[in-house]
Amino acid sequence: MALLAVQGLRKSFGEREVVAGVDLEINAGECFGLLGPNGAGKTTTLRLCLGLTHPNAGTINMIGEPVPARAREARTKVGVVPQMDNLDPDFTVRENLAVYGRYFGMSMGAIETRIPELLEYAGLSARADARIQTLSGGMKRRLTISRALVNDPDLLFLDEPTTGLDPQARHLIWERLRQLMQRGKTLLLTTHFMDEAERLCSRIAIMDNGKIIARGTPRELIARHIEPQVVEVYGDGAQAWADAFGRNASQRCEKTGETVFCYAHDADEIVHSLAMRDDVRYLHRPANLEDVFLKLTGRELRD
Amino acid sequence: MIAGILPAPSLRFIHVWRRNLMVWRKLAIPSVLGNLADPLLYMVGLGYGLGGMLPQVQGASYVAFLAGGVVCSSTMMTASFEAMYSAFSRMHVQRTWDAIINAPLTLDDVVLGEIAWAASKALLSGTAVLVVAAALGLVSLPLALWVLPVVFLAGLAFAGMGLIMTALSPSYDFFMYYFTLAVTPMMLLCGVFFPLEQLPVVVQAAAQALPLTHAVALARPLMSGTVPAHAWLHVLVLTLYAGVSCMIALALLRRRILK
Repeated sequence: MALLAVQGLRKSFGEREVVAGVDLEINAGECFGLLGPNGAGKTTTLRLCLGLTHPNAGTINMIGEPVPARAREARTKVGVVPQMDNLDPDFTVRENLAVYGRYFGMSMGAIETRIPELLEYAGLSARADARIQTLSGGMKRRLTISRALVNDPDLLFLDEPTTGLDPQARHLIWERLRQLMQRGKTLLLTTHFMDEAERLCSRIAIMDNGKIIARGTPRELIARHIEPQVVEVYGDGAQAWADAFGRNASQRCEKTGETVFCYAHDADEIVHSLAMRDDVRYLHRPANLEDVFLKLTGRELRD
Repeated sequence: MIAGILPAPSLRFIHVWRRNLMVWRKLAIPSVLGNLADPLLYMVGLGYGLGGMLPQVQGASYVAFLAGGVVCSSTMMTASFEAMYSAFSRMHVQRTWDAIINAPLTLDDVVLGEIAWAASKALLSGTAVLVVAAALGLVSLPLALWVLPVVFLAGLAFAGMGLIMTALSPSYDFFMYYFTLAVTPMMLLCGVFFPLEQLPVVVQAAAQALPLTHAVALARPLMSGTVPAHAWLHVLVLTLYAGVSCMIALALLRRRILK
């Protein structure tokens, strides 16, 4: 059964159509990744699904409830981890969980029995009475995820959950999210970290300019959109090498800044020719989701 | 519900009110002391200091006259501060509202909770003035207890007006305009410190359009043990101010937050 079903969703702010006809279906138990550059419309799509803003067209059904008509009822079974931490700085760690539970109409007794488990999940059992300001970025994120679990939701929205975290903290968050999937929770994750999507998501949709431009499993997307081998070439001779050899030896060859990217079905010849030059450095690797993403959304900056 | 024009708050607004109460309780003692010290300073400083040089004002000592004004000006200050600086912090700086509306509360619930909270704090500060004035022997009980519902109603009106500013505000600095253009004029022109009749007729007429005038017109007689003249008219004006300002604030906040 689809926990979230979205059809023909559209939303404009003035002249600009931020969401331009989005269809999504998220099934129970999966981790679905919504990927896209900044301004692609990911956050607006999430806000529409939560009923926090009204669509200009389209239908949304979340946990069996029509949104926005019954968004409030739908939200009782949903947890939200927003892009920007909005933990309550006036409260301690424990109080944050307790007060948030009350917003869901939970009794103090029900919340109290749940708090130890949530603290443990966040790895903050020893910091239960700490003030929010004393927590590190990673701790705050973990607490925000714990807070989103207070109502034991079926579906969890995670809007860029690891943005701004150091690698250690990111790995810990990923581990925690995998735990949730093992417990049967359904996750809708937005991110612009391709490695994150590749690690966590069973299915992915890539969004740009308000539209979904590709969808599938990470492997499918790589197989469908990109050559399997990539050689990145750096150094003074990169351009000359590309003009003389790389462009012909690869299926696609792109230059971004000082780096030449060669995409090929078979990279042996390319690597062989590079190994003989001493004015270049190179990296030979399998194609990944980031290559797909950059191919589909372009390499220019998005602000 | 959100696109609907009519406000659709629910009893869940209580959770927002309780959240604010829980924060307040952490600093309850200094807060209450402040609530008591403030009117005490007015009464002692202005009431006895300035009042000592004055004959009776409207048949009472100046300090008793002043008590009937300060109970309203404290209400205005408390509700305005809460609805502007504190609510703006929760809405814009701490993003507390965003977190709340991801739970099964609507923005309408949040706004009603904030209005009720600001009016509650106004009631608390009004009560503190009443306690101080009673301790100084300046009020006539039990009629003076009717000041409390007046203060709560006035608190709703000032909360609604403050939230309009919050809805329009890009930053804390913006609130200075409201203080300069609304709070200070009301403080000085609505009969808090001296009878309205001392002012030029034009100014008196203008003052009649301001909510603080009507709060003072109710509170001062009640404090001294008489039933206010035209009481229902004053109640009506305050009710209109409260109702209209809260509706405008809600409409503006929806536009700002649910876009």
